[in-house]
Amino acid sequence: MMYLKAFLVGGLICLIAQVILDNTKLSPGHVLSGLTVAGGVLGGLGLYDKLVEFAGAGASVPIASFGNSLVKGALQELDQNGLVGVLTGMFEVTSTGIAAAIVFAFLAAVTFNPKS
Amino acid sequence: MTIREGTSQTTQQSLYRRMVLKAEPGPPRLRNAVMAFVSGGLVCMVGEGITDFWERVLRISHKQAADPTVATLIFLASLLTGLGYFDKLARYAGAGLAVPVTGFANAMTASAMEFKREGLIFGIGGRMFQLAGAVIVYGVVTAFLVGIITGIVRLVR
Repeated sequence: MMYLKAFLVGGLICLIAQVILDNTKLSPGHVLSGLTVAGGVLGGLGLYDKLVEFAGAGASVPIASFGNSLVKGALQELDQNGLVGVLTGMFEVTSTGIAAAIVFAFLAAVTFNPKS
Repeated sequence: MTIREGTSQTTQQSLYRRMVLKAEPGPPRLRNAVMAFVSGGLVCMVGEGITDFWERVLRISHKQAADPTVATLIFLASLLTGLGYFDKLARYAGAGLAVPVTGFANAMTASAMEFKREGLIFGIGGRMFQLAGAVIVYGVVTAFLVGIITGIVRLVR
């Protein structure tokens, strides 16, 4: 059941992005940044975590989840340390994604050469 | 619409442009949408499978398993980008591969590879975030604003 929900919710988020791409002049950069901001705002309202609870990877794999994680980290340390926690906590939750992307992108670039 | 003799060149050009716009086929919107839905759904379903895998292997909670899952998907996307397969898949999948974290990894890996010829520091190091940087910038600014606003709202209450 979780697999079906992940498929449907994840697919739907990608479908929305594709429809925006095909029907407006926005670039992929615009759409991906917009999704990240949307995820952050929904995270601030406490709604994105509910979507993750419902759809699992269907909500945690799309890039909107990156915005949500940044907000989540900021709000967690806001509770503990006050306003400065917004800055100290921001990358607390999302460190895996950024660190992994930097390391693997670096290793791939050193190992492989672009074709064509 | 025909182009008459004697009309000025700029009018002819704009008439021509309108003819081209009319004749040009738009993007196959329905097919793109279906492909994005199916491929994006599949990536997330695979993600759910990887989460179950790490949950069992590392003996952690399902929620905790989301972190190694993201790292695994990033690894796979970077590897496929390095081998040159990602672009071929993305041609069919469109947003289905760009919107999941795989797209983020692809953007960073592709930039790093493309500018490798400019050297380890200015090329790979400096250009890696050329495409993916926007997502981080707007994510961080959003998190800052949401955090500050939430903090103020709590103070006022």
